[in-house]
Amino acid sequence: MHDGTTSPLAARGAARTLAHLWMILGVIIVAFPIYYVFIASTHSVQTILRPPLPLLPGPEAARNYGDAFSGGIGRIGGVSLWRLLGNTTLIALGIAVGKIAISMASAYAIVFFRFPFRMACFWLIFITLMLPVEVRIQPTYKVMVDLGLIDTYAGLILPLIASATATLLFRQFFMTIPDELLEAARVDGAGPWRFFKDILWPLSLTNVAAIFVIQFIYGWTQYLWPLLVTNSNEMNTIVIALKKMISFADADTPWNLVMVTSVLAILPPILVVVLMQRWFVKGLVETEK
Amino acid sequence: MARIQLQDVRKSYAGQEVIHGVTIDIANGEFVVIVGPSGCGKSTLLRMVAGLEEITSGTISIGDRVVNHLEPRDRNIAMVFQNYALYPHMTVRDNMAYGLKLAGMPKADIDAAVARAAAMLELEPYLDRKPRALSGGQRQRVAMGRALVREPAAFLLDEPLSNLDAKLRVQMRLQIKDLHQRTGQTTLYVTHDQVEAMTLADRLVVMEKGVAQQIATPYEVYTTPANEFVAGFIGSPAMNIFDARCEGQDLILPGGHRVTVASCPAEAIRLGLRPEDIEAVTHAPDAFPVVLQSVEWLGADAYGYCVIEGSDTRLTLRMPGNAPLAKGDRLLISLSRSRLHFFSPEDGRRLA
Repeated sequence: MHDGTTSPLAARGAARTLAHLWMILGVIIVAFPIYYVFIASTHSVQTILRPPLPLLPGPEAARNYGDAFSGGIGRIGGVSLWRLLGNTTLIALGIAVGKIAISMASAYAIVFFRFPFRMACFWLIFITLMLPVEVRIQPTYKVMVDLGLIDTYAGLILPLIASATATLLFRQFFMTIPDELLEAARVDGAGPWRFFKDILWPLSLTNVAAIFVIQFIYGWTQYLWPLLVTNSNEMNTIVIALKKMISFADADTPWNLVMVTSVLAILPPILVVVLMQRWFVKGLVETEK
Repeated sequence: MARIQLQDVRKSYAGQEVIHGVTIDIANGEFVVIVGPSGCGKSTLLRMVAGLEEITSGTISIGDRVVNHLEPRDRNIAMVFQNYALYPHMTVRDNMAYGLKLAGMPKADIDAAVARAAAMLELEPYLDRKPRALSGGQRQRVAMGRALVREPAAFLLDEPLSNLDAKLRVQMRLQIKDLHQRTGQTTLYVTHDQVEAMTLADRLVVMEKGVAQQIATPYEVYTTPANEFVAGFIGSPAMNIFDARCEGQDLILPGGHRVTVASCPAEAIRLGLRPEDIEAVTHAPDAFPVVLQSVEWLGADAYGYCVIEGSDTRLTLRMPGNAPLAKGDRLLISLSRSRLHFFSPEDGRRLA
C-alpha cells in the first residue's frame, strides 16, 4: 500500500468504502426477497403472474389487504386471518413462556439443590437434545392421540416445550452466580423461593428475554408438528394456512392474498425481535453478575 | 449481642477431617480474629459458626443456645463476605433493607435502621445507587452496613478487607475498630493478614492445619508464642528459628559461638530470635560475628539478611534505617538474653 501514489489514509478510505459496499450488497441480498413479497402483496394476481413483477408498490394494496382480512380466502376453510394469527400467537407465546418456566425450574433444581441422582437428571435432560421433535414424532403423536389432545392448543404446545436447550442455557447462567450471593441471601433469611424470586429472577431477566425471543420465533415458524396434530382448519397456524392457500395450478392460487398473508406472518416475529432487541443482545453477550 | 462458644468442633469432608476439634469461648462484645495461612481452615470454621457449613461433631452455641442444626437465618448473625456479595440488581438501600424486610420488620423501622447504619458508615449519598456504581471501599461499607442494620447477636467477617488496596485497607481497618468500639458487638473476624489480626483483635486464634495453635491476646501471641508455627507466622519479618545446643548455661549457636544464658530448658533445642531482639554492637561479651548477604531498606527500618560466621544459618536483623551498612559487611551482634524463645525440636512446643 505504501507505494507513494496512494497514502495509507486514502488506502484505508478505499478499503472502508469497499467494505461498506460489500455489506450493503449483503443487506440487499437478504432483504430483497422480503421487500419483493411486500411489493407483490400490493399488486393484482394478473400483474403478479405477468412477469416481470414491478419493483415499486402497486395500486391494489388496500383491496388485497381488505380482501384478506374480510375472509376472502375460501381455500383454508373460511377461517379468518385473525383467527390464524391468534392461534399462532397463542402457540408461540405458550411455547416461549412454557419453556422458560420449565427450564428455569429444572435448571434451578440442578444447580442449587443437592439431591440423589442429580447428575443423572442432568444427563437425562441433556440427552433429549439428541431427540428433536422430528425424531420422536411418532411416539409423541401416539401420546397426543391417547391423551385426546389432537386439535387442541395443549397438543400443539406441550410437545414443543419439552427440550433441553433452554435448561442448559439457564444452567450455564446460574453457575456464574457466585456462591456468596446465595450464602448472603441465606444469612439474610431468604429461603429457596425468596432467593429465586428476589435475587435469581431479576438477575436472569436478560437471559429470559433472549430465550423468549428465540423460542417465540421457534414456535411461530413451526410447521411439521402443527400440520400433524391439527385436523380442523380452525386450529391451523398461519404457516399451515399459507401452505394450504397454494394450489398446484398457478392460475388457481390467489398469489396477491398469499403475499398479504406472508407479510402478516412475518410481521409479529419481526416486531418481537425489534422490540426486545436491546435485551436480547444483552442476554446473549453479557454475563453480568 | 451474645457469647459464642465452640466446643470441640470438628469437620470432615468425605471422611477427611479438616478441622480437628476447636474449642473457643468468645465473651460477649469481644473481638476475636482467626488468623492463619490459606487452607488452614479458618474460613471453614467461620462458615460453620454462620451455619453455611455443617458441623461433623461438637457443638456451637450463640448466646447460650446450641445452633448446630439451625439455618443461618435462625442464628441471629450477620456476615460480611470477602467479595461483599451485594445483590447487584438492588440499590444500596435495598441491599441493606433486604434482611429486615424478610424478617417482617415494619417499613418505618427498616427505613430508620438503614438511615442509622448509612449515617454511621457515611453512605447516605449512595443509598440509591446500585453496587456496580460504587468503588471497592464503598461496596465494602455497604456490606458492613447490611450486617449492621440487623443488630445481630454476632458479627462474622470473612476477610472483608482483602479485596481493597493497601491505603484503603488501613482506613477501613480503623473504621472497623471504631465501629466495634461504638457498637460493642461480639465479632469473629477471619484474615490471613497479621497486621489486621494484631491491630483489631482482643484475642487471636492462630490456626494451622485445622488446629487452633494458640488462643491468646496479640501481645501474648507475639511475646510468648505457644509453638514454633505461631512464632514463625506472627511477626514480620519472621522470627529467626534454628537448631542450637545447650551445655549447662552455655547456648551453643551454629558456627560454635557460645552465649551464656540464665537457664536452658533442654540439651537440644530450636532457638527463636525476633529480628528486633538482635543488636549490632562494636564490642560486647558473647557478641558473635555475622556476614551481611543483603540489605532491604524500608525507610525507618532496614532489614539485614545475614549468615552466622562459620555456619550456613541465616539470620534476619532489624536495624535502624540510617545504619551505614552494605552487602558483604561483617558485623558483631549480640542477643537480648531475656527475649530468647526455646522450642522443642520434636514437636515444636514452647519450652519454658
